[in-house]
Parts: sequence; structure tokens; C-alpha cells
Amino acid sequence: MTATIAAEPVRTRHLEDIAGVLQRHGALAVLALLTIVASIAFPRFGSVDNLSNIVVDQSFLAIVALGMTFVIISGGIDLSVGSVFALGGVVAAWGSQHGLVVALVAPLALCGAIGLLNGLLVARLRMAPFIVTLASLLGARGLLLALSNEGQTTYQVPEGSLFRQLGRDLAGLNVSVWIAIVLVIVLGVVLTRTTFGHTVFAVGGSEDAASLMGLHVVRTKTAVYVLSGLLAGLAGALNAAWVSSGVTILGAGMELDTIAAVVIGGTLLVGGAGSVVGSAAGVLLLGVIQNVINQVGSLNSSVQAVVSGAFLAAVVVLQTVLSRTRRL
Amino acid sequence: MSIASTTALRMRTDWRGWLRDNGVYMAIVLVLVYNAFGTAGFITVDNFRTQLIQAAPIIVVALGMALVIGTEGIDLSVGAVMALAAAMIPLWLGYGPVVAILVALLGGLVAGLVNGTLVAVVGVQPIVATLALFVGGRGVALLLADGQLKAVHNPAFIGIGTNSLLGIPYVVIIAAVAALVVLFLVRRTVYGRRLVAIGGNRRAAELSGLPVRRVLLTTYVLCALLATVAGVMATARLRAGDPSSMGLLFELYAITAVVVGGTPLSGGKVRILGTIAGALLMQLIDATLIKHNIADSWSQMTQAVIILLAVYLQLGRGRRPGMSLGSLLTRSPR
Repeated sequence: MTATIAAEPVRTRHLEDIAGVLQRHGALAVLALLTIVASIAFPRFGSVDNLSNIVVDQSFLAIVALGMTFVIISGGIDLSVGSVFALGGVVAAWGSQHGLVVALVAPLALCGAIGLLNGLLVARLRMAPFIVTLASLLGARGLLLALSNEGQTTYQVPEGSLFRQLGRDLAGLNVSVWIAIVLVIVLGVVLTRTTFGHTVFAVGGSEDAASLMGLHVVRTKTAVYVLSGLLAGLAGALNAAWVSSGVTILGAGMELDTIAAVVIGGTLLVGGAGSVVGSAAGVLLLGVIQNVINQVGSLNSSVQAVVSGAFLAAVVVLQTVLSRTRRL
Repeated sequence: MSIASTTALRMRTDWRGWLRDNGVYMAIVLVLVYNAFGTAGFITVDNFRTQLIQAAPIIVVALGMALVIGTEGIDLSVGAVMALAAAMIPLWLGYGPVVAILVALLGGLVAGLVNGTLVAVVGVQPIVATLALFVGGRGVALLLADGQLKAVHNPAFIGIGTNSLLGIPYVVIIAAVAALVVLFLVRRTVYGRRLVAIGGNRRAAELSGLPVRRVLLTTYVLCALLATVAGVMATARLRAGDPSSMGLLFELYAITAVVVGGTPLSGGKVRILGTIAGALLMQLIDATLIKHNIADSWSQMTQAVIILLAVYLQLGRGRRPGMSLGSLLTRSPR
């Protein structure tokens, strides 16, 4: 794009810049605006308690969305995260009976392995990501049911377990929120400042071109699915620590919430563009919309689904129109 | 070289292609043969009737999904559209079943137009475009129904789900008619030709002057209408409109049926008979596992393996010569 700038009229370039900024930071802007308006309109919304509730509620989804962001930027998709999240929670709750280490290592190992399987099938066998991860959605749920005695056994985290501390507050914020914040920073840096991150963008932009440039396409694609599996498992484990048990019904439909948040955050589903901060903003935005609807006492949870859906539609239409402007 | 030996050679090198095209039928035969010996009371007219009744709504949804996938698209909203139908039927049944069904179809039409407009006119990627209705559609259905399951009492309407004609249940007849219509559309109409052309290469179709937008819009509308029909069928069988659970996970079942039936996700090819066979295969496997008291967990893991196997067989032979399961763990050329 830079090579042709001299030939382009200035006005077009300005349009491009505005469109680009909107596309990248639109979610953040809407989030800020909505938060301010809601704080003024609903006194209860702006309270520290309420805001921290939103942040804790959304921290698990945020961690999952970070992995999804990498996968989508690389041009793929991961439908298995909801099942993997639930599986991670159940395995962590089971493992907590054998100490903190087992409670953390077991879910990460299992969920990372599922991610690795996804990655190998997608990257090496070149099977469609949609179908591979659809299969592992079913497979992980099957595994979860098998581990929980067809969903009848709910593993409780023992009272005195160190694992429970992960669900507590630390310096005023829940541990999961801190972990989410650290991950946003670390993965943001990884995505924008490291060779691996650049390769993810390159692969998503054009796999063939990336391959011709000698980049490790297969390795990178495998890695993003492993990352997604690991993060979904971690989020599940943290959630288990928070609710003190492994709840099997959690996570159903989470994959689509996650994708919605990532898309709202400005990451293009065709791959090659997107940001970690955008996804975090998208996740928070979904949480704020949900909370605002709760504040309006007369509305029920169905409204929330309708608003989220309409919002998603508006965002993707805007994104598509904006990306057309940028291509002028 | 004699004709016989070239044929033999072709057959040997084409085994994967042959399996890709006919694997789903072979799998059905295998399941039936296994059940003939291994499961008491499986190969009976009564059981086949039950299996067909159970598979009918999925078949109808999968037919529409096959059309969409043929255009290189995907429709995640079919389950939500079924829920819309389930919410609307009880609201309008007071005016008679015909009115109720027509209103439900109108709702499906609107849903299809929303999806189709986003995909064809705005140019949004199908998975995101239909995700919006997936997220919001069930919410609309729940709002329409006040979030409640509403029992349906109209005998004529319930008859759709329970009565038969000459021993064939109405739901099976509806599914068969839908299949014939879609088969006719794909094989014998200009629309069908255009659909396949667009799925094969959209740019080329555009350049050769095909009405790409109109064909895409029609396809998403057809898919939503078929999902509505499935919602009506399921509501009649359930004798209640249940917007919260109607059509749950149907998008995944339908996509699975289409893919297992040999339609590639990359578009340009629509296999209607294969899609029906795919839906029947998943139903038969499910029924087999249930008859043997095999737990849900194993049935889901089996489904996962079948999906992966079906797609593995579909991997283009031309694009990646020498790709095998073994190469999964060894170093790849890239």
C-alpha cells in the first residue's frame, strides 16, 4: 500500500486513514461512549461493584477470545473453544483434589493436546478448520461427558484447596481479571512485535505468499490452534476455581460468542488483520450491553440476544463498507 | 493397453475419489449389515419408520444447507430460524393451521432476506452474516413467545406430525417432496446451474454476467424457508412451540450431514442424495448406539471421528499428492 501512496489523491488517503482507525478502534470508541452514557443514565451501572462484576464475568470469555483472535487472524476458525472451556473446567475441578499443580497442568495438557490435534489436521492435512474444530467440539464434549459420568458427576473443588485462591480477589480485582490483563498485554506484544506475530498476519493475509517467502506456515498455523486450546482450557480452569466446581453445561455456544466478540473488535474473519486489544474491547462491549439491559429492569435476557445480534450485524456491515473505502 | 486394464488402473488410483463419492452409501450399508446381525429388532419396518421420522427435520434443514454450501457459503442461523417458526405457530394457530404455517414461512422469508442481503448485497462473509441471526434470532423467537413453551392443540396441525398417508408419515412425505424439489432445482433449472457456477468460481461467474447477487439471495431465502418447514414439522411432532430448545445445534447437524454426504465446503458442487444419505447415516449410527445402550459421550466422539474421516476422504487428490495420514506426524514440505 505504501508503494502507491504517491499516486493516490490526498482526499482518498484521508478517507482511508479514518476508515482504518474506525475499523481498528471502533469497538473501543463505542465501548467508551456506551460506558459513559450508561454511567450517567443508570446510577447503579457506574458503581465500582457493578463495573468489577462485568469485568470478572467477561474475563473468562476474554481469555478465550485472545486465542480465537490469533486463529482468526491466521485465516482459520476454532469452533471447539466452548467444549474445550467446559472440559478444562471439569478436569481442573477433578484435578484440584490432587493438589494445585494437577489442577492446572491436567487441563492445560489435555486442552493443549486438543488444540495440537486441531492444528495438525488443519495445517498439515489441510482440512477445513471449520469442520476439524466442529468435530473436536463434539469430541471434547464427548470426552467431558465421559469424564463426568455422562454429566451426572460434578467435581467440587475441596474447601482448603490452594486452587480456590485462583477464584479470589487480589488487590481488589479477581485473579482471573489480572491474568486476563497480563495475557492481553503479553499476547498483544507477541502479535505486534515478534516474528511469530508477524508470521500469523502474513499467513492470514496470503498463505501462498507467506509460504513462498519461506515462512513457517505449517508450524505457525499449528501453534495458533495450540494457543487457542491452551487459553480455552486455562479460562475453563479459572472459571472452575471461581465457581468452585467443574460445571459441565458451561461453554455451550461460547465459540460463537467468542467469534462475535472478536469480529466486533475489528478482526477480519478473512484473516490478515485484527488486534488483541480490539478483541478485549469486543468482549467488554458484549458484557456492557448485557449489563445495561439488566439495568433496564423491564427487559429480559432475550432482548440481550436481539441487541447483541443487531449490534453484530451493524458492525459487520460497517466493517465491510469501511474495508471497501480503504480499497478505493 | 486394453480397456479392462486401464479401467482397473483408474479404479486403483481413484479409490479415494470413489470412496468420497460413495463412502456415505457404503457406510449406511455397513451400519445396516452390522445391525441385521448385531441388533435385535433393528431391521424392521417399524424401526425404519421411526428412523425416517426422526431424520426428516434434519434432512429438510440439510437440503437448504447443501444449497448454501454449494455457493461456498454457510448458514449458522438455521436453528434460530426453526425456533422462530416454533414461536410463531402457536401465536397464529387460532386462525387455522394454514394461516399459521404461512405466517411462519413469512418469518422464514424475512430471515432469509436478512442473511441473503448481508451476504449478497453488502458482501459480508457468510459465516459472520449468519452469525448475527444465530445470536439474535433465538432472542426474537423468545420475545415473541414470552420466553415460554406453548402447547399446541389444533388437531389438524398436530396431524402433520403424527398422521400418515398410506402408512407413510406426513413428515417423511414432506421431507421427500422437499428433496425432490431441491433435486429438481439443482439438476434441471438455470438457477441450479448458476448456483454451482458461482460456488465454483464467483469471480468468473460475475465476469460472465451471471446474476450472482440474485442467485445468492435466492439461496439463503430457500435455506431459511426449508429451515422454517423443518421447524413446523418439529413443532407439530412435539405438539408444542418451544423457542428455547427448538433447532438447538441443528446448524451443526445439518453441516455435518452435508459434508459427510460428499458436498465440499469449498463450493461448486451440490450433492443432494448424498446429503440425505449423510443425515440418515448420522441418524442410524445414533440409533444403533442408543439401542446398544452406549452412552452419549461415546456417541458424540464417534460422530467426531466420522466427520473427520469423511472430510479426510474429501481432501482434493490433485492439490496435495502424497498426502496421507502418516504424513501428519512426519515433516511436511512446508
